[in-house]
This record gives sequence, structure tokens and C-alpha cells, in this order.
Amino acid sequence: MTTAPLAEVTASNSTLRGFLHGLPGVDRVGADARAAMLGTRSIKTTSKRQAIDLALRMVDLTTLEGADTPGKVKAMCAKAVHPDPTDPSVPSVAAVCVYPDLVATAVQALGGSGVKVASVATAFPSGRSSLEVKVADTAFAVADGASEIDMVIDRGAFLAGDYLKVFEQIAAVKAACGSAHLKVILETGELSTYDNVRRASWLAMIAGADFIKTSTGKVSPAATLPVTLVMLEAVRDFLRTAGRKVGVKPAGGIRTTKDAIKYLVLVNETAGPDWLDPDWFRLGASSLVNDLLMQRQKMATGRYAGPDYFTLD
Amino acid sequence: MFEYAPAPESRDIVDLKPSYGLFINGEWVEPLGEGREKTVNPASEEVLAEVAVASEADVDRAVQAARKAFTVWSAMPGSERAKYLFRIARIIQERSRELAVLESLDNGKPIRESRDVDLPLVAAHFFYYAGWADKLGYAGYGADPRPLGVAGQVIPWNFPLLMLAWKIAPALACGNTVVLKPAETTPLTALAFAEICRQVDLPPGVVNIVTGAGETGAALVNHPDVNKVAFTGSTEVGRQIARSVAGSGKKVTLELGGKAANIVFEDAALDQAVEGIVNGIFFNQGHVCCAGSRLLVQESIATELLEALKRRLGTLRLGDPLDKNTDIGAINSAAQLARIRELSDAGEPEGAERWSPACLLPDKGFWFPPTIFTGVAQSHRIAREEVFGPVLSVLTFRTPAEAVEKANNTPFGLSAGVWTEKGSRILWVASKLRAGVVWANTFNKFDPTSPFGGYKESGYGREGGRHGLEAYLDV
Amino acid sequence: MSERVVVRKTYKLFIGGAFPRSESGRSYVVSSSKGKFLANASKASRKDAREAVAAARKAFPGWSSATAYNRGQILYRVAEMLEGRRSQFVTELVDADGVGVRRAGELVDAAVDRLVWYAGWSDKIGAIRGSANPVAGPYFNLSSTEPTGVVAVVAPEAGPLLGLVSVIAPVIVTGNTCVVVASERAPLPSITLAEVLATSDLPGGVVNILTGSAAEIAPWLAGHMDVNAIDLTGAEPELAVSCEQDAAENLKRVLRPASGKADWITDPGTGRMTAFLETKTVWHPIGI
Repeated sequence: MTTAPLAEVTASNSTLRGFLHGLPGVDRVGADARAAMLGTRSIKTTSKRQAIDLALRMVDLTTLEGADTPGKVKAMCAKAVHPDPTDPSVPSVAAVCVYPDLVATAVQALGGSGVKVASVATAFPSGRSSLEVKVADTAFAVADGASEIDMVIDRGAFLAGDYLKVFEQIAAVKAACGSAHLKVILETGELSTYDNVRRASWLAMIAGADFIKTSTGKVSPAATLPVTLVMLEAVRDFLRTAGRKVGVKPAGGIRTTKDAIKYLVLVNETAGPDWLDPDWFRLGASSLVNDLLMQRQKMATGRYAGPDYFTLD
Repeated sequence: MFEYAPAPESRDIVDLKPSYGLFINGEWVEPLGEGREKTVNPASEEVLAEVAVASEADVDRAVQAARKAFTVWSAMPGSERAKYLFRIARIIQERSRELAVLESLDNGKPIRESRDVDLPLVAAHFFYYAGWADKLGYAGYGADPRPLGVAGQVIPWNFPLLMLAWKIAPALACGNTVVLKPAETTPLTALAFAEICRQVDLPPGVVNIVTGAGETGAALVNHPDVNKVAFTGSTEVGRQIARSVAGSGKKVTLELGGKAANIVFEDAALDQAVEGIVNGIFFNQGHVCCAGSRLLVQESIATELLEALKRRLGTLRLGDPLDKNTDIGAINSAAQLARIRELSDAGEPEGAERWSPACLLPDKGFWFPPTIFTGVAQSHRIAREEVFGPVLSVLTFRTPAEAVEKANNTPFGLSAGVWTEKGSRILWVASKLRAGVVWANTFNKFDPTSPFGGYKESGYGREGGRHGLEAYLDV
Repeated sequence: MSERVVVRKTYKLFIGGAFPRSESGRSYVVSSSKGKFLANASKASRKDAREAVAAARKAFPGWSSATAYNRGQILYRVAEMLEGRRSQFVTELVDADGVGVRRAGELVDAAVDRLVWYAGWSDKIGAIRGSANPVAGPYFNLSSTEPTGVVAVVAPEAGPLLGLVSVIAPVIVTGNTCVVVASERAPLPSITLAEVLATSDLPGGVVNILTGSAAEIAPWLAGHMDVNAIDLTGAEPELAVSCEQDAAENLKRVLRPASGKADWITDPGTGRMTAFLETKTVWHPIGI
């Protein structure tokens, strides 16, 4: 599970701690400034058109409400496959993301569309339960057909310095995933510092994460550009160190095309163009899709679009 | 691949006249001599406009106008002078897009920098010193500090409008009048500023702008009725000025060259250090007196850091300065390009290894790729002389003491950088560096409240902050 | 019975805490204001000036990084030692300056008081000349004062003690080291002052005193590339101009001679300290 060059790192909590605390620090002001500068890139005309479609293809269309119902999920799945029913050139999104008990509904609704089903698991969003429950939660979602699992880490254990516990939980959930891809949610809004974001990213990757994800969407702040920058640096450096490529998923608070394009620029200039693919970068979002569609239509027609012309599902 | 389509800022916003006179006593006047010079866009070599070359007689006219205006301006209550400066600040904000485009056209710097760095700082500088004009008695220079008189100010081409602001704002706030000479390759924003002086109804003669080259500057500096000389530029010219004003009693401030060390320790926040190194030397094509042109990296992380740095340089976008996505613009002039080439060409024969990212240079205009020299020794010319271009010399060190020793081993002393996550080490290094500005875990940051200026051959006097007032007061 | 023959002092230079003769072997006659032979003073050469600069440079790292409190204590100690030699200085001033005993006493008292005054500045000048600058961004930004380095001082011709103390104290209290060219006409108090300095815990090399001809030595100091600043207070107008020109070569900070007659009695203000202070501004991000 752990990649060979880093195997010795997880021998004990103290070796793991030594490794994570030996990573270079992150200067918050510098990281913020870098992300802000990249946010000023001006993406126009053909690049913008290309970026909008790429962003659409990267969306994990998400509903994670207590009030979610099969009806709501089915409607969202329809939207995921054909975000704009009036325009067949609009690509499908990457995946839908739902709670475990609605995985089966989503799998059925999506059929052979190619849109994947992702499920949150492991006592989402707080992660406050036993490892047995977390593993069972995961196994349940996988059994129902989820091909991607979005787990949350135990932030309490992380902040208490019990890195080995966090590592072991991720590894156990990874084992429970089988062939399903594992996205590990760091909940960066609770980790507070960028140093912690970097450490948690490496911890998750060492434990076998296929993706590292910023947030549950239930904690503010959710995804931010600088946090995503730090995570992109981590996957870039992890590939170099461990020889394995890991994806990144910012989630929560990404609502506009402008936001989405800033993330794409960030990917392009940090991890590099190799990550500009739904296999390696996702945007966890819901309302973003309609803004992307409105901008797409504006570029096609030259007129500003109105929200009434796009479905709300 | 994610290619960024061209995103050029429109230049239509700039209304250029074919030819400019001198701005003396609030009026545009023709020069007395025949001298005219063309100013070109360094990115295309297109002629932008023709400007006057002020002769000694023209300079004399300007100084006389400033002398006459001094009576009015110095007697005006500070609170009233302040209002003119506030007006200037506001108009600069209102016209900032136009001025940013004009600056990029004439200078070659990326619009991203002129828009996001130069212009905001220009406006901020006038706002800052406007506020001092009626508070001089609280500045620590006595209850009623007096202005000096007429200030002769000569500024460089790297930050044309920002250097103008650094010179004119404190001078006017303190009650002096000025004759300012912009650099011969970048006169246009200073001439636009003259127009702003008219828009704010600044009393005639308080600001006079004379264009021209070295001879015009010398005439201004040496004019017997100038009380204060302020110069930003090369150490060589600074030396000449210091020599020529000897015995005249003129107050002088000089902001000259540098060869800043940017010291990166093994425990630095590496990604931010890489950004700081890039910003330190490639900001404004390295046309920065405080540029971090000597990277001193701890040997234990040199390989890793250089790899990251090279990777980062691969993402720099060189090209059209008016494109909003351009990171590296044009070299300001053919002469400067020749100077950069000459010094860079000395690098390899002296034993350094040269590296540049793959990068296409436009056919027309003056361009130089971002360049790194590794394996540089203190004795190499590229480690000692100011290149004033996008050229970084990389040296290594083993201990903090060695880093400081190498950093200080230069006749310059303008700025320095230090990168480490250890607080006590930052303060130790900062206290040992013989430099006027030390950026710790950051680089090339400027602010009107923050004094700027050098030790040793980087000049004397400070610009910015309360300290910056001293240069324009009779204290 | 014959009267006892007084043992006279040999006046030498003061370099690096030691009292060497001029390497040139030269001396010159110093007479009282009434023309009476007082002593032979060493006539420093350009090589002595070079040695003095080297000594000052060597002393700079230690002295400039001593705590301000420590420098203040040492200056105060100098004042104490000067007070203890009051009568000796009164005699020397009467001889050198032609002033009366009472006036000489006032001048020595003023010199002691001046040292005490400057001693107190050591840990205060930074507070009034430095600043925390409220920059528009998440940065801690602090400007603090630092000594310029090695300062050459042409001491005033008039005021062989008070004038001398008044130009040395402000230079060294902030952490500079200096090479002083003493009053040519009345150099003897400067060497006696050197004896005071040498016994006051002041590290060797912080103050170096050369006697001789300012016109001969000052240009070498003004042109010396390892001197950071020059105080031309005692230079005649023509010498001051040529020294200022020479000082341009390495952009020395120059304190020009004041116009009019020097007055060493009134409050000197902070100008003599600030002329030889640099402002260093340090930026650091503020973040978690």
C-alpha cells in the first residue's frame, strides 16, 4: 500500500511525525500571494471556451443534504449526463457525489452514461466514529456500486499528533475500497494552517489516497485557491519522491466560471498540464455547473444568458 | 495542453501626441535648442513620440520658475498643499489604467506589473505624503521644519512614474518646488503627470518637467539655484553627482545600484522561497536596483532548490508587455540589452554554467531570456557587478556566518533577502546584513510608509516613511 | 638644593588601543598660546591613518554589536575618568588655549557633562529614529538605526577638549568606530583624552586619534575606500570641499562644517548622531 521509498516512514508514530514535520514549511502570506497572482491570469476566447468544457468534465456534481431523496438524486443524475439538454455538445460531468444510501439510486439513474458515482463515507462529515463503522460505511457504498469513495480523515487525531492513527484508518478504508478510487478529504478548514495542509496531504498520499480533497463543504472555509495550491505542490512533489501520481479535488465554494478557471490556471502552473484531466483533477460543486453553462452560451451567442434558461437540478 | 489565448490590454486608452515640449511654469513650452529625441516602445522598436531635449538654458528657465513658485508654495499652509497632493493621488487612481498602459508601452514592463504594482504604489505614495504636509511639526524634525527650496530630481527608467512619485510627493509635501528630469528612454508618464498637474490646478512652477539625457541631468544637478539634489540611478552617476555638488551646500540624497544577496537556508519554506527568488530577480526584467541578483543557497538543498527553480522558470511567460498574462516583458533599451549581454557573456568564460528555459524571443524589440548562472564564485563579474537584467547568479554556502560574509562582500548595500523558518536566525541574519532593506521570507515589497535606501555605495538618504521627509527639510 | 625636574610626557598617537609613535618618525612642536614650548606631538602620516582605519574596522563588529546599554555604560565611564583627571585637563587647556583657570574648568565640566548626555542616548536614539511602519499588507515592517561603520573625524581646531569630545561621543555612542584628526594647534588634550579612553573599558580601536596636519591626513581618510563616513567639522573650507569630492569615490556620508563659529556650549541636538546612522528596514510576513 505504501509506496516503497516511503515505507519506513510509517514504522511508528514518531517516524511518521518526524517525516511530516520535516517537510518544508509553507509561508502563508507567500502562498496566498502566489495564488492571488495566478488568479489574475486572463483567460479569453478560445482558451476560455476550452476551459469551460474542461471544467464541466471535471465536476463532481454533489448533493449532500439530510433532505436528499431518490427523486432529488435522479434529477441530479440527469443533469450530470446532459448538463444542457438543449445542447448536445455540452459534455457530461465527471461524477455525481452522494451519501452511501443513495449510491444505488445514482448507479441506476446513470446507467451506462460513463458518469461515475462517488460516495462520501467514513461517518461523513465529522469522521467521528469507530474504524469498524468507517470501514463498513465504505464497504456498503462500494457494494452498492460506488466507484469512488470520498472519505474524511480524523481531524481530531491529526491535530492531536496521532498521525499513525490517521494513516491506519486511511489504509484500512483504502483496503475496503477494493477497486474503487479513494479520495481523502482533509477538511482543510479545520486544519487551520498550510503547514498542516501539506502534512495531511502527504499523510493521505503515503496511506494510499488516489485523490486528496480539500473539504466536506460543511465547514467554512471550504476550498480556497491557496489551500489547493499547497495540495497541488504536494502531489507534484509526491510524484517525484514516490513515483505515484495523485489527483486533487477542491470542493465547496466554487460557484462561478471565473473561480473554476482560476483553479485550472493553478493546476496548469503548479502541478502542470498533466493534471488537467478529470482523472487527476476534480471540482466538487453543484451550482457551478449552471454558471459554466451560462458562460458557455454567452460565448456561443454573444449575449449574456439568464438563469431561467438553465435547469436547477 | 492549456494554452492561454492572447489577452492584450487595449492601447487605445492612451492618447499620444506626436511630439512633446517641456513643462515649465505650468505651461508646455518649446525648448530653446533644437534638440529632439525619439522615445520608442522597446517591445516593438516603434517610435512612440518625439520629446524635447532640454538645454542648460531650458533647465535654467525651469529652475527660475520653480524658484518663483517656491515663494508661494512654501508659504501656503500645509493643509492646502496637502489638498493638491490628494487631488493628484485621486487623478492617478482615476487614470490608472491609461497610465499603466503608457508605462508598459514606453518601458516594456508587463502590464500586470504596471497595473498591479507600479500604479497602485504611485497613488499610495501621493496619498501618504499628502497626509504629512500639515503634520511636519510632528515628524521629529522640530516644531516648524522648513523646506529647502528648489529640488532638482533625476530619475531612472525602471519605474518611471513610481520614481517620480517617490521624488515629487515628499518634496511637495514639505513645501519645496521641483524640477524633475525623467530618463531619456521613458519620459512619457512624467509628461502625462505634467498634464495631471494642470488638471489639479497646481500653482504654476511648483512642478516642472524637463526631458533630456545625461547633459540635461548634469545641468539640473549643477544649477547654482538648486538647493536639493535627489537622484536615483547608477552608482557611477551618483558618484559624479556627489563629487560635483561638493562645496555647494546642496543637500543630496542618492539611491544607487545594488547586488543583493537572497539567502536561502535549508529549513526555508521552499515553494515560497522559489517564488521569492523569481520575484526577486525577474520582477521588472531584473531592472531593479534592489533585485535579488545573487542567490546564496545552503549547499545541502542546492540541488533540490535549483531543480524547483528551473521548473518554475519554465512557466514564466515572456512576450508582449501589454498581454495581461505576460510575466517577463522587454528590456528597456538597446543599450541596456547590450550591457546585459556583455556581462552575461562573461559568465561562462569565468567558469559559471548558464541556463535558460526554452523560450521564444520575439523578432522585434529588445529581449533577454530569464537566465541562471550556477557554479558562480564571489570573484566572477556576474557576482560582483550590477547586471540590471533578468540574470541570476547562484552561489552556495555552508553556515549562516558564511552566508552573511558572502552577502556583505560587496561595495553595495541596498537590499537583501533571507529565507528560513527559524525566527531567531532571521533576526540574527537581518542584524548582520549591511543593507538598507532586508526582506525576510519575502522579497521586492514596497510601501510608501516603509523607508527605502542603501548602505555603502548604494547611496544615502531614505525615501518613504517619516524618514523620507528628512531629505526635503532643512534639518 | 635644586628644584625637582619634572618628568614630562611623550605625546604619541592612539591607534587600536595602543600609543605608538608615528611610523614616519616625525613630530612637531606644540607651543602654548603664549608661545612657550609645551611638547613635541607626533606628526601622523598617511600610513598611520591607514593603520588607524584598519584598527577602527577591526573594532567595528564588536563595538557595533555591543548592547546599547553597554555602550552607554562605557561612555559614562569615560565621563567618570575624565572627571577624575579634571585638574590635569584644566592645566592643559590653560596652556593650550590660553584660557583662564576658571574658564578651563568650565570647559572640562562641559566636556564631562556632554559625555554623560551622549551616554544616555545610546539606548534611546533608536527609539526616536526607528519606526514600526504600517504597510498596506500582511507584513511586519520595522525600521531601526544602525551605525554607518568607520567614521573619519576632522576635529575642530578650536575647543581642543570640549569640541573634541563633542565630535567623538556622538559618533561612537551609536556603535560607529572612528579615526580622529585632532586639533593641529592644540593636540595635547586629545592624547590625554586618549589616556582616559584607554582606561575606560572602551575597546581598543573604537577611537583612534591622530595628531598632525589635517590638511595632510584628512584627504587620505576622505579617499579611503574602507571609511564609510567623514565628519569635516574641523576642516578649513578649501580642505572641506576637496575632502567632500574625495569622499564621493565610495559615497561616504559627509557631515559638512557648520557655517559660522562653532558653539560647543548649547544643546547639540541629535544631528551629529543621525549623520552617521543608517536606517535598516526589515520586512516579514504575518501569517499562521
